[in-house]
Amino acid sequence: MIITNLEAIPGKTIEEHYGIVQGSTIRAKHVGRDMMASLKNIFGGELRGYTELLVESREEALFRMKEQAREMGANAIVNVRFSTSSVAQGAAEILAYGTALKVS
Amino acid sequence: MIELLFVVLLVACGYFIGGNIEREHYRSIAKREESTVHIPTSSRKTVESEDEARVVEATLAYGSVVISIDRFKRLLAGLRNIFGGEVSSYASLIDRARREAFLRMKESHPKADYFVNCRLETAALSNGQGKQVGTVEVLAYGTAIYLSK
Repeated sequence: MIITNLEAIPGKTIEEHYGIVQGSTIRAKHVGRDMMASLKNIFGGELRGYTELLVESREEALFRMKEQAREMGANAIVNVRFSTSSVAQGAAEILAYGTALKVS
Repeated sequence: MIELLFVVLLVACGYFIGGNIEREHYRSIAKREESTVHIPTSSRKTVESEDEARVVEATLAYGSVVISIDRFKRLLAGLRNIFGGEVSSYASLIDRARREAFLRMKESHPKADYFVNCRLETAALSNGQGKQVGTVEVLAYGTAIYLSK
């Protein structure tokens, strides 16, 4: 599975379009991590717990998007975009979407 | 009185420790930027036309970071709200986050020849404290291009 945020894959020709595929996830960290983050807020700097949370959920969103594309029979996803929104305190929604293609 | 002391203490912590963390972070960013400067990044949507036939792999790369502002700078930003104008205390926060995110994207593919279609996305993660935003998440993503030698 080739994943890129270009509009086409260089050196490959498009055989078939399958339309938009997407994957999303909403995650929250446990209370301990939230408390650490609010302590960290005093001093500033990176909040590793949250970085980790968002990286994990982004991987999950990408994985779900890939699964959806695989079910359709696609072997590539192009023009991938991410979007993040915080739906509640300590929870974030991550969305990944793109266009599924068959290339050769 | 005790409450006031507590607030002053928090702000002082923010000023000294936060300032230190920021300087250290900038030092680390500068060092790592130097070591990855040989990999060009661009926001163009296509690869160079003469490279088109040599592309062996084009794959998604991304890096992200969540950074919080310290209490002292938050106070400065609050004061700035009264008079208006540029909120420079937030500028360094966003700047650090963007550069760090780009670095992480580059470091996730250290052998790439270059990166195209790089994009930045900023999300404000609110953190209690009324309406003020103290924490931002920056995501940098693009396509890592590997060329045949």
